[in-house]
Amino acid sequence: MSHETLSTILFVFFVAGTLGITFWASRNTKTAADYYAGGRSFSGLQNGLAIGGDYMSAASFLGIAGIIALSGYDGFLYSIGFLVAWLVALLLVAELMRNSGKFTMADVLAFRMSPRPVRTAAGVSTIVVSIFYLLAQMVGAGALVGLLLGIHSEAGKIWTIIGVGLLMIVYVVFGGMKGTTWVQIVKAVLLMTGAALITLLVLGKFGFNLSSLLGEAAEKSGKGQALLEPGLKYGTEAQGIAGKIDLISLGLALVLGTAGLPHILIRFYTVPTSREARKSVQWGIGIIGVFYLLTLVLGFGAAALVGGKAITEQDKAGNTAAPQLAEAIGREIFGEVGGTILLAVIAAVAFATILAVVAGLTLASSSSFAHDLYAHVFKRGTATERQEVVVARISAFVIGAVAIGLSIFAQSLNVAFLVALAFAVAASGNLPAILFSLFWKRFNTAGAVSAIYGGLITSVLLVVFSPVVSGAPTAMFPEVDFHWFPLSNPGIVSIPVGFLAGYLGTTLSKEFNASKYAEIEVRSLTGLGAEQATEH
Amino acid sequence: MTTRQHDASVYEEIQTSERFRELRSRFRRWVFPMTVAFLAWYVLYVIMSGFARGFMGTKLFGNINVALVFGILQFVSTFLIAWGYSRHAARKLDPLADELRHEVEEKTAA
Repeated sequence: MSHETLSTILFVFFVAGTLGITFWASRNTKTAADYYAGGRSFSGLQNGLAIGGDYMSAASFLGIAGIIALSGYDGFLYSIGFLVAWLVALLLVAELMRNSGKFTMADVLAFRMSPRPVRTAAGVSTIVVSIFYLLAQMVGAGALVGLLLGIHSEAGKIWTIIGVGLLMIVYVVFGGMKGTTWVQIVKAVLLMTGAALITLLVLGKFGFNLSSLLGEAAEKSGKGQALLEPGLKYGTEAQGIAGKIDLISLGLALVLGTAGLPHILIRFYTVPTSREARKSVQWGIGIIGVFYLLTLVLGFGAAALVGGKAITEQDKAGNTAAPQLAEAIGREIFGEVGGTILLAVIAAVAFATILAVVAGLTLASSSSFAHDLYAHVFKRGTATERQEVVVARISAFVIGAVAIGLSIFAQSLNVAFLVALAFAVAASGNLPAILFSLFWKRFNTAGAVSAIYGGLITSVLLVVFSPVVSGAPTAMFPEVDFHWFPLSNPGIVSIPVGFLAGYLGTTLSKEFNASKYAEIEVRSLTGLGAEQATEH
Repeated sequence: MTTRQHDASVYEEIQTSERFRELRSRFRRWVFPMTVAFLAWYVLYVIMSGFARGFMGTKLFGNINVALVFGILQFVSTFLIAWGYSRHAARKLDPLADELRHEVEEKTAA
């Protein structure tokens, strides 16, 4: 049996299992709190696993392992930003948000502001960030199927995108937050198990001596000792000072973006109390941290055992490094069959990874459309819970369909930059609005609206005129050149702009509601009046 | 169970109370300096990765260099801060927050 067949069989098992869970979840999803927040009845550990499942995308599994395999240390730099970012969520956002919000990010922002303009801004930002992220994942899925299952035809890629899109629509429309959370939990367990297994085998081969693994990786990669040092990918000496500033800009967006990503923020509502929210972020930090340590071994292991040349022959970006490593180590230890099995397992895990992440993104954007835009902006709060959930399901379907269409259109373009852009928008628009809402007494509607649009528009514009969109061979449109902004990552400019816009908007407007500030401050710190879990 | 609603006056009364101020200051005095510290520590790491490559490439033992150790230390500090925060919260924040919340909830329920 070929590894493609075995991968497909394993993946079909995953799909069947998760569809079963979705069906079960749909029967237990009755109220709006069930649909949007899984009835707020997940435990800290369960939500921690789901946080891992929501966060560790194929980009961070295959992508970072690939960057480490080809460019060495710089991939590690990326994962450190992704991890440290969780401290912002833990210390400043998770618990306070759980206590003061209800279903979406906008609930916290609109708490003491004029609801319609703030919810419109937050809804737009949520949908834009989620769609950027979604496109990157789905186009990635199309490319991945070619690499992992040997389907290289145009039609094969398009059908993969459609298949991934349809599954994510089914998970979200029927399973809501409950179904999506369980899909993410299952995926997190599979991903951690798969990554840990390969890591153990690789370390075992090197007698659990990290130094000799690194030495072998440096030698076989063709890069020598430079592989173990920063500078092969980000801020290379050839790019000069702009490249190094770009590196810092990327680092800032990574560390500040996570706590502003809507699909991450809504995870804090799925637990009964702020204490469980704290616990879930702690589990999340543990799981994500261990996972990135594993990818370090996977990446250097791929460099050492597969070699730089064999990896770039399969995929220039190195996305197949982890699956190739699985095959190589499996074959070496268990023979031909072992190689086939391990490769198939890792390929199936990669697809499970994509599905869990895209489902989370679709849920976040459709929830925001239904709860923020439909119920509070269009209907001015007169919609019933039932109507809201119906609209949420319809919008999950529509957003899913739009994402499929856009991904098919974009599948031949290089859209990997969209993940970094989503982080930049989240850090520049959403994070200042959230932090000011929770901590700054004087903050008001004009401030919230200015922060969100200021951060969003600045990041998007700077990226449009950056070398990732035009004027470089690796750009989205390599044939044309209209770029003038030298950095690929806008964070170093757009994050201060977002905070400054929030500050100026606030101070230029007279609006201030002292009693609402008292309410959000007391509620966020004590949990008094916070949303309760539904009981079944 | 539905969520209890409270009058605005209840919140304003708590906000100005001595114990709530104490809770807020215990929270902020821990998380604000710590946030500044871990962000500075992280930014230092990113800047060194860009501008101090010679130093980062210095070998410490075998093939383990400063860059790798510095990176691992970012993981260690993240885990330690997360653990330290949970200890602080469980000892210094949760009891006070519970006390404030229960008092109002009992009053409202009565």
